[in-house]
Amino acid sequence: MFSQSRNDWLLFIGFSIAVLCAPILMEPFGGNYPDLLQKLAIFGLFAIGFNILFGLTGYLSFGHAAFIGVGSYVSIWSFKLLTMNAIPAVLFSVIIAGVFAFLIGYVSLRRSGIYFSILTLAFAQMCYSLAYSVLTPITNGETGLQLRALRTNPDLGLLDADIRVLDQALGIQETSVPTPNFFGLQTSGYEGFYFCAVILIVGFFIAQKITNSNFGMMLKAIKSNQNRLNYTGIHARPYLLAAFVISGMYAGLAGSLMAVTDPIAGAERMQWTASGEVVLMTILGGVGTLVGPVLGAGIIKYAEQKVSSWNEGIISDFFSFLPAGLQDFTASFVSLFVGEGWHLTLGLLFMVIVIFLPGGMMEGFRRIVGLFKRPNDNDTVSNSATAQPAE
Amino acid sequence: MAVTETSATEAPREFQSGVANSVLHINDVHKSFAGLHALSDVDLAVREGETHAIIGPNGAGKSTLLNVCVGRLKPDRGSVTFDGEILTGKEPHEINQLGVARVFQTPEVFPDLTVLENVMVPALSKRDGHFTLNPFKRFGAETRLRDEAEATLKSVGLQGQLTALASSMSRGDKRRLELAMGLIQHPRLLLLDEPTAGMARHDTNATIDLLKQIKEGGMTKVIIEHDMHVVFSLADRISVLAGGRIIAQGTPEEIKNNPKVKEAYLGDEEV
Ligand SMILES: Nc1ncnc2c1ncn2[C@@H]1O[C@H](COP(=O)(O)OP(=O)(O)O)[C@@H](O)[C@H]1O
Ligand SMILES: [Mg+2]
Repeated sequence: MFSQSRNDWLLFIGFSIAVLCAPILMEPFGGNYPDLLQKLAIFGLFAIGFNILFGLTGYLSFGHAAFIGVGSYVSIWSFKLLTMNAIPAVLFSVIIAGVFAFLIGYVSLRRSGIYFSILTLAFAQMCYSLAYSVLTPITNGETGLQLRALRTNPDLGLLDADIRVLDQALGIQETSVPTPNFFGLQTSGYEGFYFCAVILIVGFFIAQKITNSNFGMMLKAIKSNQNRLNYTGIHARPYLLAAFVISGMYAGLAGSLMAVTDPIAGAERMQWTASGEVVLMTILGGVGTLVGPVLGAGIIKYAEQKVSSWNEGIISDFFSFLPAGLQDFTASFVSLFVGEGWHLTLGLLFMVIVIFLPGGMMEGFRRIVGLFKRPNDNDTVSNSATAQPAE
Repeated sequence: MAVTETSATEAPREFQSGVANSVLHINDVHKSFAGLHALSDVDLAVREGETHAIIGPNGAGKSTLLNVCVGRLKPDRGSVTFDGEILTGKEPHEINQLGVARVFQTPEVFPDLTVLENVMVPALSKRDGHFTLNPFKRFGAETRLRDEAEATLKSVGLQGQLTALASSMSRGDKRRLELAMGLIQHPRLLLLDEPTAGMARHDTNATIDLLKQIKEGGMTKVIIEHDMHVVFSLADRISVLAGGRIIAQGTPEEIKNNPKVKEAYLGDEEV
């Protein structure tokens, strides 16, 4: 059971290949366009990080979107003040999201269970409303924080003109408002997707290491029986805080990548619905599994783009094989669930999963594999036991 | 080993001055729950290296006394000291790190972890302290620790179930697992709350043998037990708790012949 490092590598390599081939894999589903692919990678990263807290320790945070917001704002400020290179933006976002997570986690983790969830929710909503009120000099309120041309008129504030001191010092010429880049490579379009994809792969690798580490085992023990762990000499709170900060940093990273691929930041990213969405992603894919959260994120983001773009016309065409009266009725019924009604679909999907497949899609796969293994149980067990070391 | 030597050389002094060589002191502990006096005026000294049994009828306050020792409950009055350190007011994890391990009356394990993982967690806690941030150190990669965990599981008779989930085990097996979780920490003081309850006779005898073996290693133990067979096979001294008070204390022989004890407790069981 401990010599699984080979299996870990196989999982990692398989995951990496799947991510890098995402454009090809998404082609048959009509999902091969950069905007969606970027979203899949970014929310996959968010969900992986969220799972380190929720999946391993069982502590359900309803406020992780706050760190997305922090990551986005910090990245845009890095673009405005320092350089259009994405690397400093990403690094600063992760660090500052980590600091925020430390503060919020430190207070919220005084409680557990539902009280912990409510505290995180309250903090995230506070961040959200602060971004629209007191913090408008930093967030630019409802307009959102945007990139601007370099300051020529010294009277302009930093919200309306950028300085980019590092780029200036390096003598980088700017014509109009520049776009973020990775040492000259642009970070939008497919290049942007691959930038995010590589970071997603690194994020997956780190999460895999954490899950399989001594530290990860303590997190699982917290979820399993925190009380027992106390009497075993372990102080659960610092472990929880570390997990909270790590998952907050992943969220900050995801927020940063949103800004890197599309340089604007608004507070709507911090709304509680965004925090709730990542919970759905993790549960849909499979809580506590490594691949599940990414899968859940992919499916929800894909479905969101598709289902919310359908309208009654498309649905009506789809049901054109039905008799006229029935077609109208079916189309108007189904159209409740598409377009603006997307959240209705999401809610239903979530209910179905929680009721019939509480382990998420990963449990579904395991059950399917189990069906095929059942008939010759003894054979497969001995086979896999002997086959594994031979690989 | 060092512990055995110490207690052997200092044994004479111990006999001269009663509590001189004791490691665990329970001083005048009171605890009441909404008017119910679960413990009153409890004084107890456990000597280094001895196996001290606490017996008494159901509801006498035995488990409550252990709860006060490990920091699960704060006493209303009085204090508990272990080897010069005041335990009262300390967090459970701090008390464990001082070398006090506890086996619970209703088995407390990590149900979602495997048997081996259940034992590795306390082993890591013993080695790495109450918190270590090592997110990249592979769990189970250190063979020495793992071998020790496997050996400990073998000593309690669970060697065949290393990869089973703890939640799938019988109550008796969970007890043995919990015992292994305590033993792997090599605690200086092991508190056992009815470690053989719910076990078949055969397993009970195996547990007695195991606890006798540990005794030779010099570990101090406090054991709460209903089974007089277990008590009289293991205990060096016995304290009898009834209605939250200690009504008698002494060697197994003294307790057997104590009329107060017979009346309060032994009378309605056996003898
Ligand atoms: N947490 C608690 N809250 C209220 N009453 C308790 C609690 N723990 C124990 N008691 C009561 O204290 C008394 C002693 O309990 P306990 O120490 O468990 O007895 P035992 O000697 O059987 O282990 C019992 O009457 C029990 O009901
Ligand atoms: Mg009890």
